[in-house]
Amino acid sequence: MDTVKLTIKNQPDLYLEADTICPDTFAGKKAEEIAGLHVYIGREQHRLGDFFEVSGNAGATPEETKIVVNGDLSRVKYIGMKMTGGEVVVNGNADMYVGAWMQGGKITVNGNVDAFAGTGMKGGEIVINGNAGNYLGAAYRGDWRGMQGGKITVTGNAGSDIGTFMNGGEIVIGGDVDVHVATHAEGGKIIIKGNAKSRLGGQMVEGEIYVLGDIDVMMPGFAYREDVDVDMDGIKGRFALYEGDLGERHRKRKGQTIYAKLYQRIEA
Amino acid sequence: MAEYLIKNGFVFDPVLGIKGDKADVAIKDGKIVETTAVKSPQVIDASGKTVMAGGVDIHAHVAGPKVNVGRNFRPEDKLFGYKPKNGIERMQGGFSVPTTIRTGYNYARMGYTTVMEAAMPPLYARHTHEEMRDTPILDQGAYPVFGNNWFVLEYLKNHEIENTAAYIAWLLRATKGYAVKVVNPGGTEAWAWGLNCENVHDPVPYFDITPAQIIKGLIEANEYLGLPHSMHMHANNLGNPGNYTTTLDSFKLSEGIKPNSKFGRDQVMHHTHVQFHSYGGDSWANVESKAKEIMDYVNSHDNITIDMGQVTLDETTTMTADGPFEHHLTELNHLKWANADVELETGSGVVPYVYSPSIKVCAIQWCIGLELALLAKDPMRIFITTDHPNAGPFIRYPRVMKWLMSTEAREQQFDAFKHKDKVIEATNLAGLDRELDLYEIAQMTRAGPAKSLGLAHMYGGLAPGLEADVAVYDFNPNEPYAPDDIEKAFLNAEHLFKTGVQVIRDHNIASNGNKRTLWVNAKVNENPQVMRDVKEKFLRYYTVTLNNYEVTGHYLPNPYVIEVDATE
Ligand SMILES: [Zn+2]
Repeated sequence: MDTVKLTIKNQPDLYLEADTICPDTFAGKKAEEIAGLHVYIGREQHRLGDFFEVSGNAGATPEETKIVVNGDLSRVKYIGMKMTGGEVVVNGNADMYVGAWMQGGKITVNGNVDAFAGTGMKGGEIVINGNAGNYLGAAYRGDWRGMQGGKITVTGNAGSDIGTFMNGGEIVIGGDVDVHVATHAEGGKIIIKGNAKSRLGGQMVEGEIYVLGDIDVMMPGFAYREDVDVDMDGIKGRFALYEGDLGERHRKRKGQTIYAKLYQRIEA
Repeated sequence: MAEYLIKNGFVFDPVLGIKGDKADVAIKDGKIVETTAVKSPQVIDASGKTVMAGGVDIHAHVAGPKVNVGRNFRPEDKLFGYKPKNGIERMQGGFSVPTTIRTGYNYARMGYTTVMEAAMPPLYARHTHEEMRDTPILDQGAYPVFGNNWFVLEYLKNHEIENTAAYIAWLLRATKGYAVKVVNPGGTEAWAWGLNCENVHDPVPYFDITPAQIIKGLIEANEYLGLPHSMHMHANNLGNPGNYTTTLDSFKLSEGIKPNSKFGRDQVMHHTHVQFHSYGGDSWANVESKAKEIMDYVNSHDNITIDMGQVTLDETTTMTADGPFEHHLTELNHLKWANADVELETGSGVVPYVYSPSIKVCAIQWCIGLELALLAKDPMRIFITTDHPNAGPFIRYPRVMKWLMSTEAREQQFDAFKHKDKVIEATNLAGLDRELDLYEIAQMTRAGPAKSLGLAHMYGGLAPGLEADVAVYDFNPNEPYAPDDIEKAFLNAEHLFKTGVQVIRDHNIASNGNKRTLWVNAKVNENPQVMRDVKEKFLRYYTVTLNNYEVTGHYLPNPYVIEVDATE
């Protein structure tokens, strides 16, 4: 695997739209060519090299390409957008849409990410060693196709509206989350190791939420069913199982109505 | 104005009867002229290329409140589709519900120069005109909807044709409308009670009238006035298995009524997006094509014209004044739904829809639309539409042409269906080997719709005296071509003239044109009763006053008025 190193040298005055920072775009290119790729500030077109020091050549394919981005990237959007393979490591905080519509490969962020990381994600893996903003693994505005596959792991906290319209895949949050979890979801799994606030599973049709800490307010559309033992991916304990959202339509499988499931740990 | 001479192209023009012969087309002062009438023209070399009149779209949803609801509630439709401003070309966005700017440009790129907005809620006519005003290049008109309007329901309950006609004339003037549109007659009004009218004899709640009375009455009032276009119909029971009988019942209401129009049309009813109205079976499990039964009727009754409403197998946005249908749709696909009630006049709904080649019903719908066109005996009476954006976005017209012109293209699509065998079983298309030629395509996209609209004196052909709307396509019909070449060429006109102005040069937008808005000013005898009714309804029921209702002045910076005299 060949590594391309990007180090931010000039901070943009506004926000930099840099979906070119992606193994699929870099593959087969030399450092000079990568520096010449286009990035945008609003409708102004710039070169990647105007903002980044670029060193190293990419591999022949996305799978053989690793990108390491260093510095304060809190004004850089769309890192790793639509990537299908290879690896991206971000050493610093990144702005919105990290790994949005990602299909494969791996992104590691050693820092925090802003909103919409993993939007519409179909596959691959995002690891955030820090906090995530709102709409993690959610759908784009208006869209009904949220996260559909792959895995997102956040070691810290996440904001509101994570997993909106989620249809598949897995989100694991090490810390706490803000309001609205898995709104409108029709599949997938969200694990919250810390505490949750309220409005979990609103209009949720299918899928699973696990909360290991507290829930401030439970949705009235979720009904308590029974206590169950869970032993899954290192999560162990006795959980209260709720089903919902009872106000929504639900499919039937073999005569059984399928509900979304919300597990809250009552005993480690 | 500049003079042009388009030389040596292969011309397809149903008006002059030219079927691909080499001919020259001359343009002067915005009109087509005899080639001898131009002195020092700019010469366009069209040798090896196809030349046609500008396309005419008889039915599309391109401007107004429900189109804008579609734009607003579908940001995902614009995602990754923006095109920045470039020279005189303004910024563009959106796919199935494009911005007004993209609407104008994309039609022009297909060689279209006239596009009718198919459903204008009268109360929001101002909004509709504002959007048309901002749609470059195209000549446009809009059809106000009448089929659920309280005035109409009350007059026609007692078969008061003269009052209905006077009201239509007043509303066309107030809204600067072009034609009488009817959407799910009575059904949209019933929807305000949570009900629907599923056949032509299903009574409308409260009003004590049936869809049949509304349909027949509006045809009669339309002919009483002698409007350029006929009554423009979207029948009850759209999109439901088994609905073809309702469609035939609706067609039959036009029997025995003769056209009364000095604008040269032969029909008294135009029925739109017939694909959605040609279903057999009694459930989605056994839905089947009834295109044969529908076309048997159309082929043998020349007082009807229709358009296809071809499904293009895209992700799109459905939008119609048929409020109950949109509710039905959101219950089917569980996607987001917008609904509106327009006071005394109409309603509407909007729902995104994905026509997937993997879904049997979508593939059957695709077949039915093509069958209608391929079973047609007279291409001057069936027109290419996708009921944009309902069955698909208008930028797929060249793809529809490809499917109509090539059995190979149709076979490729059949092979891409997940349930190919079941689809073939439920339809007739696989057994049809007809391939339309460019002359027939010109009939279905130019001369036919222009005639049906009562605009054959302006559009649809290349005879001297017509508007200089001329498209040149980089397509040589005498050389071998692959099916996809058709789509490519007709999606990207090489040159386009609109009223004598070159709006596309070498495939690039060269001018934003000089768009006009067509409306019909029908003069009727003074009718104090109708004027009293209008005043009273505005005082009693409307949320706006008359002064804030009428479309005037700056809403139509470049109006083109068609005068009709129905006084006696
Ligand atoms: Zn329509």
